[in-house]
Amino acid sequence: MKYLSEFRNPEAAQNLALKIKEVTKRNWTIMEVCGGQTHSILKYNIDELLPDKIRLIHGPGCPVCVTSLEMIDKAIEIASQPDVIFTSFGDMLRVPGSKLDLLSVKANGGDVRMVYSPLDAVKIAQSNPDKKVVFFAVGFETTAPANGMSVLRAKELGLKNYSILCSHVLVPPAIEALMSGFNSSINGFLAAGHVCTVMGYEEYLPLAEKYKIPIVVTGFEPIDILQGILKCVTLLEEGKNIVENQYSRVVRKEGNLAAKEVIKKVFEITDRKWRGIGLIPKSGLKLKDEFSDFDAEKIFDIKNLQVDEPEVCIAGEVLQGLKLPIECPAFGKECTPENPLGAPMVSSEGACAAYFHYKKVKIN
Amino acid sequence: MEFQLSCPIPKSEYEKVLLAHGGGGTLTHQLISKMFLNQFGNEYLNELHDGAIFEISGNKFAFTTDSYVVNPIFFPGGNIGELAINGTVNDLAVCGAKPLFISAGFIIEEGLEIEELWQIVLSMKKAADEAGVMIVTGDTKVVEKGKGDKIFINTSGIGLVYEGLEISPKKVKSGDVIIINGRIAEHGIAIMSEREGLEFETKIKSDTAPLNGLVEDILKVSNKISVMRDPTRGGLASALNEIASSANVKIEIYEKEIPVSEEVMGACEILGLDPLYIANEGKILVFVDESDAEKVLDAMKKNPHGKESRIIGKVIEEGLSLVTMKTLIGSTRIVDMISGEQLPRIC
Amino acid sequence: MCLAVPGKVEEIYEGTDLIKMAKVNFGGVKKDVCVAWIPDLQVGDYVLVHVGFALNKIDEKEAMETLRILKEMGELNELDQSNESEQ
Repeated sequence: MKYLSEFRNPEAAQNLALKIKEVTKRNWTIMEVCGGQTHSILKYNIDELLPDKIRLIHGPGCPVCVTSLEMIDKAIEIASQPDVIFTSFGDMLRVPGSKLDLLSVKANGGDVRMVYSPLDAVKIAQSNPDKKVVFFAVGFETTAPANGMSVLRAKELGLKNYSILCSHVLVPPAIEALMSGFNSSINGFLAAGHVCTVMGYEEYLPLAEKYKIPIVVTGFEPIDILQGILKCVTLLEEGKNIVENQYSRVVRKEGNLAAKEVIKKVFEITDRKWRGIGLIPKSGLKLKDEFSDFDAEKIFDIKNLQVDEPEVCIAGEVLQGLKLPIECPAFGKECTPENPLGAPMVSSEGACAAYFHYKKVKIN
Repeated sequence: MEFQLSCPIPKSEYEKVLLAHGGGGTLTHQLISKMFLNQFGNEYLNELHDGAIFEISGNKFAFTTDSYVVNPIFFPGGNIGELAINGTVNDLAVCGAKPLFISAGFIIEEGLEIEELWQIVLSMKKAADEAGVMIVTGDTKVVEKGKGDKIFINTSGIGLVYEGLEISPKKVKSGDVIIINGRIAEHGIAIMSEREGLEFETKIKSDTAPLNGLVEDILKVSNKISVMRDPTRGGLASALNEIASSANVKIEIYEKEIPVSEEVMGACEILGLDPLYIANEGKILVFVDESDAEKVLDAMKKNPHGKESRIIGKVIEEGLSLVTMKTLIGSTRIVDMISGEQLPRIC
Repeated sequence: MCLAVPGKVEEIYEGTDLIKMAKVNFGGVKKDVCVAWIPDLQVGDYVLVHVGFALNKIDEKEAMETLRILKEMGELNELDQSNESEQ
């Protein structure tokens, strides 16, 4: 496929690997923020091509993983109601809440449906006027305009039975939270190419300056990631704390203005709790008041749920890049993709699940 | 969580059966080992092959059973009827048996269109004729509307194992070459293209086909076949993992040799799926001694169901149960067993 | 996060609810995609699609430029290696 196969070329990968080895003089820790990149890194075992001096750590960029336990429990409570059709992206369905996951709600008779696009959820609402159709609106800035669009469509169509359970999160505040922590060992970032396709990368310029870190906007194919790493290491070795764009074939500095406009129209910034990390100020999006008729949290009377993560799970530290999944005492033992204790073991983009599948360390 | 050996109900961590328990992955295997093997275990079942092989008065027979619950019942490239015949024929064929007799049990939901049932019957007849098997016994049950999903079909089959032939995971050894007879993941993608919420336009058709003729051609040219397997539910990755684990060998496959059509790739890209884990219904994996590999490959290519046969990997080590893959970019990674139902990865 | 895939625009049309849509081809598989955010879209363009929405057009020139740099790097590496073997 055009624009994919060229970026999976083995010679290019070998050349980039050679170049990275040549450039790297000191030890560097680089974090890729995006779960899609984590997935590629492990699927292509990119670590194997890198010199030992480079350590990749995997950030909190998987929406499935960072959606708070309370929010999942809210979703489960709504989905369990008899007059509800609960719609969601596929990989959200298996994320464990404090007791159940959405697939178990389905097993118990709930009407839980997987959709490819939020517009499909709107269609389901159109064709089921006697049911309340709720869409689980998770995701980062990439997905926010699509989910926002579904609300705008529903409003235009005069639908009274469509709402979204909104759990949107934003990347720059998460980077900020990671960098301002005490423990940050991160030297450079690969920024998420698809988030930047929507948002552009102007927001990252002050971050690079403030925290003295290079940030490279990077794509998702193995060649993109290797080239992103090469650019990042080169900047690190040269001591340049600037933003570069590896993914220039789709990312423009200003992003996609029309998509950004949708976000501005429908959502406003809010504090958001991240699973495993905690509350990050101004790190999420919620529906504006004028759209409260489409806000599932307001339509459904859900009690304020307070729940705790399993104690043994170190998902928080994994999501912050402080520990690797294999450093968790439960990894591959109590915690497996079949019986996940924490969200990163669920989604195939989650660092723990990705490690489990692609990099399983034989555990005796 | 530890399981006590004395536990009377060796249930899994789940209180209810989930769809993933039928997905062919780790959960299915847990269900089989913790419940079925736990109680039914015997020398035949413990082999966990596609069928049981037993001897009666000097003749070896293979016996297998499978249920078909595919939704939709008509899909691009076929329907539930021919799937039920081909699937059982293939399970016998990979045991090294010539399929002879088949039973068919129908569980029909009240309200199924007679015309649809007729189409299913016609294609079962056609599939049986192509495979050279007879449907010799059967059963029909009708359940109330809402208690089934249009129609479920169970087929069992008996075949005669080719004389002197012994193929089993235990024969797999270092150096064995792995051949597949064509492009993977087409059945699963064809089914998915019709599924509500994921619809996409495609020309991809199910690869459902009877493979007993192909197996016969293979066995004609080589007596050094270690094992054969049809990578159905759970896909290529699960079948290879099953063999690696029962033969206790390390298998390496090469990503660039694995035949995947551009369309299947496209569908997998947009849904975030891995074709290695997607079901096939007309594919066979052949593990053969290196010295016979070319011969077998040639014979396979001459069969209409094997034109695109290719060597996709090798057994590289004994005493270690693992499947790895040389990726497109030249690194090596582990190919694990699927954990549950593969869900589209979208956000 | 954010799985997005490049596909080729085959047809641009107005959807049932007056929304700008396109039929996009991904290696032969086709999906209807909302292209409301892409100005000056033309049949034959490649777009990056996420959850049924085109996020941006793919810039052919930029892609070629990236590939050119990679290719040059390969030639340089070959030079390096031949230098090493000469020494």
